[in-house]
Amino acid sequence: MSEYQVVHSKSPVFYDVYERKSDLQHQTHYCPGCGHGVAHKLIAEAIQDLGVQERTIFISPVGCSVFAYYYFDVGNVQAAHGRTPAVATGVKRARPDSIVLAYQGDGDLAAIGTAEIVHAANRGEKITCFFINNAIYGMTGGQMAPTTLVGQISTTSPWGRRPSNEGYPLHVCELLATLEAPVYIERVALSDNKNIMRARRAVRKAIENQVAGLGFSLVEILSPCPTIWKLDPVEARKWVADEMIKAFPLGVYRDRKTAVPVTPVPQHPVAEVLDLEAEVTAKPATSHHRHVRETTIKIAGFGGQGVLLLGQLLVEMGMLEGLEVSWLPSYGPEMRSGSAHCHVCLSRQRIGSPLVSHPQALIAMNKVSLHKFAPEVQAGGLILYNHDALPANFEPPPEVRAVCVPASDLADHIGSAKVANVVMLGALLSETECLPAETALAVLERRVRNPAMLELNRRALQAGRRYDEREIHVALSQPDGFAE
Amino acid sequence: MRQLCKGNVAVIKGAIQAGCSAYYGYPITPASEIAEAAALYLPQVGGTFVQAESEVASINMVYGAASAGVRVMSASSGPGLSLMQEGLSYLAGSELPCVIVDVVRGGPGLGNIAPEQSDYFAMVKGGGHGNYRNLVVAPASVQEMADLTILAFALADKYRNPAIVLTDGFIGQMIEPLELEERQISMPDKPWAVTGVRETRKNLVNSIYLETDELEAHVRHLEEKYRRAQEEEPCYELYLADDAEVLLVGYGIVSRVLRSAVEQVRKFGLRAGLFRPITLWPFPSKALTEAAARCRSVLVVELSTGQMVEDVRLALDGRVPVEFYGRSGGNVPQAEEIRDRLLARAADLVAVG
Ligand SMILES: Cc1ncc(C[n+]2csc(CCOP(=O)(O)OP(=O)(O)O)c2C)c(N)n1
Ligand code: SF4
Repeated sequence: MSEYQVVHSKSPVFYDVYERKSDLQHQTHYCPGCGHGVAHKLIAEAIQDLGVQERTIFISPVGCSVFAYYYFDVGNVQAAHGRTPAVATGVKRARPDSIVLAYQGDGDLAAIGTAEIVHAANRGEKITCFFINNAIYGMTGGQMAPTTLVGQISTTSPWGRRPSNEGYPLHVCELLATLEAPVYIERVALSDNKNIMRARRAVRKAIENQVAGLGFSLVEILSPCPTIWKLDPVEARKWVADEMIKAFPLGVYRDRKTAVPVTPVPQHPVAEVLDLEAEVTAKPATSHHRHVRETTIKIAGFGGQGVLLLGQLLVEMGMLEGLEVSWLPSYGPEMRSGSAHCHVCLSRQRIGSPLVSHPQALIAMNKVSLHKFAPEVQAGGLILYNHDALPANFEPPPEVRAVCVPASDLADHIGSAKVANVVMLGALLSETECLPAETALAVLERRVRNPAMLELNRRALQAGRRYDEREIHVALSQPDGFAE
Repeated sequence: MRQLCKGNVAVIKGAIQAGCSAYYGYPITPASEIAEAAALYLPQVGGTFVQAESEVASINMVYGAASAGVRVMSASSGPGLSLMQEGLSYLAGSELPCVIVDVVRGGPGLGNIAPEQSDYFAMVKGGGHGNYRNLVVAPASVQEMADLTILAFALADKYRNPAIVLTDGFIGQMIEPLELEERQISMPDKPWAVTGVRETRKNLVNSIYLETDELEAHVRHLEEKYRRAQEEEPCYELYLADDAEVLLVGYGIVSRVLRSAVEQVRKFGLRAGLFRPITLWPFPSKALTEAAARCRSVLVVELSTGQMVEDVRLALDGRVPVEFYGRSGGNVPQAEEIRDRLLARAADLVAVG
């Protein structure tokens, strides 16, 4: 039984005196014959043999091993119940040179933390996991674990585990072996000296893999819990050998020698990534200040008609002209129904609510939007409707002017349905003079890199303006220098 | 430089400027652009982005990264924040700094994705178990999404405690100009962190204290930090409050609506002013009491059925009458709605109490 003296024979990876314990500082808090003590010893030995004590960070779970940090003289982090693999992920990614050991019981790993272990394994986190399977909840006093055997009695399976009520024991190694990323998965048992030697090799290999940077390794350790099982230490080991190994076959479930290849991301200076040198300045692009007007605009239509983009063009123009601007989209499920709208505020003052419930101008890119939003338009306001005539059953609200601009048709004629929104922009600028057309051109030039597409946008802007000027107004009172 | 930016994206731009090097999160409307921006930007500047399997995993990855001493964050909306509450309690108990953004949507349950301020209780009053506090800041613009995220990182490190950026769907989704300048990142030393080197080998990150007296001492220690924060950190903004008869109180998106409402009712001769808490915890109680001292009444407006109003009432302690006006379900009142209400109630609001 020499292997059960382990924690007394002090590896240098264990503290000499367990000062973090309140009393009995020369012995562990584990029951005599408990598998946790043996597992700790095997892990300490491996850490020592591999010379990684300084680099090791041990993540302890919630369960009987919650106090592993009493013993291991390494960096220690204690995790919430079941979350050890997630915590280990955060630690390892922050400190890739550290050796991160995640340690869990069967309730911790295979019940409350099922998602975390599966996904840490699936991401191939370069950590080492030790899974102590004792088929029971030790710390809380003997409730059923996901690995409790069929027929095994626990305080919450008083008639024995009944598959009809509790399902079958969960096979973690088999489950994780269905994943691609893990490099090493083995199940061992603390049942007898021969199996403990195999466990020793497995523990060591699992840490070695991390030292080599290979990837995710997990060792499941079938482990005695004499206290809850109500057996003496010898009987408990025999129960592991006779009952547990039958239900949980020992062996190597995955053993791969190569790491998942790294796909790098191009690196850039912070200033470049954050656009700190963006050339957008508050300097007005034009001196035609009489053409800048505070306006609230709502733009609505089908997704794909460039409704949201049109709003963004307007706020960018406003910003260039030194106005305060805001843009607020419709978002979420509404977008999936195929319709989209956004709110634009252009103001000389700090903007209150970005939500425009009563716009001064509505751009309705389709009939549904026209009907839906026209009633919101302010008295004295304007509706621009994407068609050559208003629908027969449509009546604009009192004191609201409705103007038809067949933007989609004009855009088709120009050569791309995509620029219908820019046709509308042209019409809006000409109708409301809220912003100068040169600024629209400047923004389009910044945004549209493809020369052919830019030319289409230019012509769309012009078409919108001209359509508006010629078809709606006989003459425009204030030419603003826009060159045809 | 001034650039157009979405509120949610500004969070990440601020975070990177604050030296944040890790983001762990799970998508949820209306917060997803924060994760998307983190996924795009962080890896380009040498940082880490991982889409976690859940918010439970996210917050525990944050816990791990914070234990290892790096600046780390996550973001979500109501349902995700509910899942993070256990983790937040562990972070506070273990004295780990992190920044978590809550882009609040309509609740309870799945609710909807429109803006609300109904997570005030959950974020400001705790939500998780045990004696702890979150530091909470409430941005009201895209600019502040960046600026207050930077502040949140500083506060989190200063107090070794989670800091929450409590915002809403509108501020997260809107685009406004954002002014960003290159800044020197000043990272505090974290000698307590567990970094996998000899110098930190004796360190332990932990929130378990088995002995009753030990745990009480720990709780007292946390309490002392929170008392210091209450003294040093309250932050607020006043607008036309000097001569106000009626003081409007609102944070985040609502404060913008109230600002317009103040201007509008002043045209009708009603002297209204605005008090806008910028830190929700610590709540700027003292400043509010001072600002309200000269007023006849206080009107609190929230996108909730009345949460922050409790802190306003606690601060004013009956000295000034407090009325409440709330909208919910994602409805955001317009300035005119507040104006009309104020004007309709003007006689009562300014009546000598
Ligand atoms: C969220 C949460 N739920 C429940 C608990 C209570 N709890 C503590 S340990 C434990 C089970 C531990 O069993 P296991 O993981 O098998 O470890 P063992 O004690 O057997 O080593 C439970 C349910 C907790 N701490 N946290
Ligand atoms: S209850 Fe079981 S698992 Fe816990 S210490 Fe005792 S023997 Fe070990």
